Amino acid sequence: MEQLKQVSIFSENRPGRLKKITKVLADEGVNILAINIASSNGFGVIKFIVDKSDMAFEKLKKKGFTVSVNEVLAIELKDRPGGLYEVASIISKKRINIENAYVLILGSREKAFLVIDVNDIEKAKKLLKNEKLRFFKAKK
Amino acid sequence: MFWQKDIETISRRALEEMQLKRLKKSVRRAYNNIPFYRESFAGLNVHPKDITSLNDISKLPFTTRDDLRTYYPFGMLAVSKEQIIRLHTSSGTTGKPKAIFFSKKDVDRAAELIARCLIMTGVTKDDVLQNMMTYGLFTGALVMHYGAEKVGVLVIPAGPGNTKRQIALMQDFRTTSLHITPSYALYLSSVLENEGLNPQKDLALRRAYLGSEPYSEETRKKIERFFHIDVFNSYGLSEMNGPGVAFECMEKDGMHLWEDNFIMEIIDPETGEKLPEGEKGELVLTTLCREAMPILRYRTSDITMIMPGKCRCGRTHRRISRIAGRTDDMIIVRGVNIFPQQIERVLMGIRAVAQNYQIVLDSYDQMTVRVEISRELFDGKVDHLVDLQAEITEKLRSEILVRPKVELLEPGTLPVSEGKATRVIDKRIL
Repeated sequence: MEQLKQVSIFSENRPGRLKKITKVLADEGVNILAINIASSNGFGVIKFIVDKSDMAFEKLKKKGFTVSVNEVLAIELKDRPGGLYEVASIISKKRINIENAYVLILGSREKAFLVIDVNDIEKAKKLLKNEKLRFFKAKK
Repeated sequence: MFWQKDIETISRRALEEMQLKRLKKSVRRAYNNIPFYRESFAGLNVHPKDITSLNDISKLPFTTRDDLRTYYPFGMLAVSKEQIIRLHTSSGTTGKPKAIFFSKKDVDRAAELIARCLIMTGVTKDDVLQNMMTYGLFTGALVMHYGAEKVGVLVIPAGPGNTKRQIALMQDFRTTSLHITPSYALYLSSVLENEGLNPQKDLALRRAYLGSEPYSEETRKKIERFFHIDVFNSYGLSEMNGPGVAFECMEKDGMHLWEDNFIMEIIDPETGEKLPEGEKGELVLTTLCREAMPILRYRTSDITMIMPGKCRCGRTHRRISRIAGRTDDMIIVRGVNIFPQQIERVLMGIRAVAQNYQIVLDSYDQMTVRVEISRELFDGKVDHLVDLQAEITEKLRSEILVRPKVELLEPGTLPVSEGKATRVIDKRIL
């Protein structure tokens, strides 16, 4: 199972924040594969899956953003009714608690992945190891 | 170590005799030369000859900041203009400034007091002091500068701001001691952290003198931990020379106030009644040695107490406790009295909180505390931030008895203070 990294950025809820963050990524030629925004009581955490996560992390940090990076799982979804159900069933059977989840789509609907952010990634990886699941492979 | 051991460890009895003699002289000087004092003495029906013991000081009129403003620029001067060699002003955010004049002797005395303070904290001629207070009309930097030169340390007159250059100076000249405001020290620590510098490894710092803004014991500890230094609390105000009025010794347990130069009283700010040792109230100071501008019973607005008991360092000059707040920066929300220092104490005790914060008074029953989160402890999890917000809210509520709204901010959002920080924003319409 390859490592997939998610870059998280803390942001206050005010206009222009997303623009500022994405400008840094654009300027550095970082391609965004998926984005998710979770907000609560006046602040939010913006999460990105990008092609160059380490570089994105360093650049954002250097620009003064409050940023962290962590590993997530991206499980391939079949492009047909019930695709998500199959994956969710396995996750549920293994009693893996999802903290946050969103979808990553590659190409024009060529492939879709469910990105899940879990508390204990190593445990989750072990639990899912022998399941018939396909995971996202980052291009080298 | 002592700068003037005989005076610093003088017996209480000899000290009080000296105080009485000097008080009489100071009162006569004020009365004979300053019309304001002649009038206010007449108003209370007192005369300099009524001062026959130290307790008689309570017969004298108070001097307030407004008095200094009213008699701006030259109205409080007790000597002719040719005898004054330096002007400092102290400005409030509103209204006229206050003018403080020094004669040659006054400049020298202020420097002597600083020399006592520095030696008291272990400074020697080998030390390098980077003075990050504002040079100019403000007394903070210059008065320290003259005192440090008297001791013979190398003074770097850096002034505040330009943090990258400050760091370069600290590295190039192996600075051992800082004179800095607490808010700038916190900011400096965040810049060092961002630059990936480790104070213990990359700097030669041993101590810092923090003053000119009230701050909490938690802030002191935070700064001591980060820099691996001793932080000494410094108290002063422009009206009383600036820094060097009271200072901590190596015991770091209260600030020795130089009683051969000042008489201190603690009063109830409402009634003006004198309070005993160990009780908190407003500090009132009388200058005993000032030539150009003697000031009698000055209402400092600073809340503190005289600490009972002797200090282990051997100095007999009594100590005042850390300034708990100012009578004029007390906030009232929902009828509850709150000092900003209480809020700071709570915030600085929470690890995930960074240095900067702001208190916004939205209305008479709502206040918002805006807090910058720590960049290092951010792990990308919304749950953790929600928990942090709840923790801050609850800890503040139990300290100040009012539930504030807590906003989490990105580090660097709040205006950076390279001098005095503005912590309280009052949006209420008076």
